[in-house]
Amino acid sequence: MTSRDNGPLAGTEKAISRVLRVGVTASLALVTAGTLLSFLRPGGYSDQPGEVARLIGNGGTFPRTAGWLIGGLLHLNGAAVIVAGLILLIATPVIRVAVSIVAFARERDRPFVVITAIVLGLLLLSLVLGKSG
Amino acid sequence: MTPLGFTLLALGISYFAGLLGSLVGVGGGIIVVPALTLLMGVSIQKAIAASIVSVIATSSGAAATYVSQRITNMRLGMILEVATVTGALTGAYLAALVPGRGLFLIFALVLTYTAWSMLRPGGRSISPVPDPLADRLRLHGSFFDRSLGAEVPYRVFRTKLGLAVSYVAGVASGLLGIGGGVFKVPVMNLAMGIPIKACTATSNFMIGVTAATSAAVYFMRGEVLPFVAAPVAVGVLLGARTGASLLGGTRNSTIRVIFVAVLAVSALKMFLEALK
Repeated sequence: MTSRDNGPLAGTEKAISRVLRVGVTASLALVTAGTLLSFLRPGGYSDQPGEVARLIGNGGTFPRTAGWLIGGLLHLNGAAVIVAGLILLIATPVIRVAVSIVAFARERDRPFVVITAIVLGLLLLSLVLGKSG
Repeated sequence: MTPLGFTLLALGISYFAGLLGSLVGVGGGIIVVPALTLLMGVSIQKAIAASIVSVIATSSGAAATYVSQRITNMRLGMILEVATVTGALTGAYLAALVPGRGLFLIFALVLTYTAWSMLRPGGRSISPVPDPLADRLRLHGSFFDRSLGAEVPYRVFRTKLGLAVSYVAGVASGLLGIGGGVFKVPVMNLAMGIPIKACTATSNFMIGVTAATSAAVYFMRGEVLPFVAAPVAVGVLLGARTGASLLGGTRNSTIRVIFVAVLAVSALKMFLEALK
């Protein structure tokens, strides 16, 4: 194989590929485990009439505070484990962008450090804006 | 329906969507959202939120492979990502303002466009023009094409047009919970001069970050329901994996016809839903 002109990134390709693969696998393992817990453990999904309507409902009461998440994880609450998996899934591309910034910085590629930093900034902004929106 | 019945049905439909999508080269979101809303009674906002999360999983999974095979043009991807991510923020914000019927209408239009784009002939590429921006940022690339057994170098043109289209694709992604590749890939291929394999890989690379942006907005808004998002994410990813292993990039015309038929029926039903 010939050498490539995208050389600066060549060493990074492996790291980026691994971040993506591990992130997706781990998050879906959590989501699957959380679903099983929700079915198997008390306090998860019930078989009462109207349960599905409640679970897909528009009540907007879905708890999403950090305290609820940590407490839920400690008690192996199925929904909390699923949410942890979903957060990891959303974080996976963010970590990928952060890894890219480090790679470009190491190559002293100023324009690309700025460009990737902007992408990271927008990603983090989406979390803040989502909260207020 | 019991929670178990819902979970298994959502898992099955998402698996089918991921499988069919990967066989014809689009993401599963375009089928998952109609299926969740029309067949399973999920509100369109919650269906879009579940779909966008599954888009992160499928695109990141595929991106891992493309990046390690060095087909992805990462420099170009990172430039265009600025536009797709900005678009995704816009789209996710608009989604909160547009009423459900409006979302059904826009989704039906995008379904119709997707069906049409799958039926039309390949299209002709526009002649190359000098692009100083692409030169300065060193966006030109090359990849090893295994079917040709040779390195394929290429030059990139019309970066600014690429940015504009990427913004539109990002808005569609954030608003509708789809990847948006159907908008980017034709322009990257025909106007920017990028070989189709590199287009697909690079578009896919961007979709993970794009979807993560809007997914974060939906998540913080409380629209991502664990009960719905869990079977959809797992199902679509497994379906896409099966599809990728079934046929390595070849295109089967029977599957395309089935896919277009599914899109057309979904578009029609979503139009009707918008008119209700």
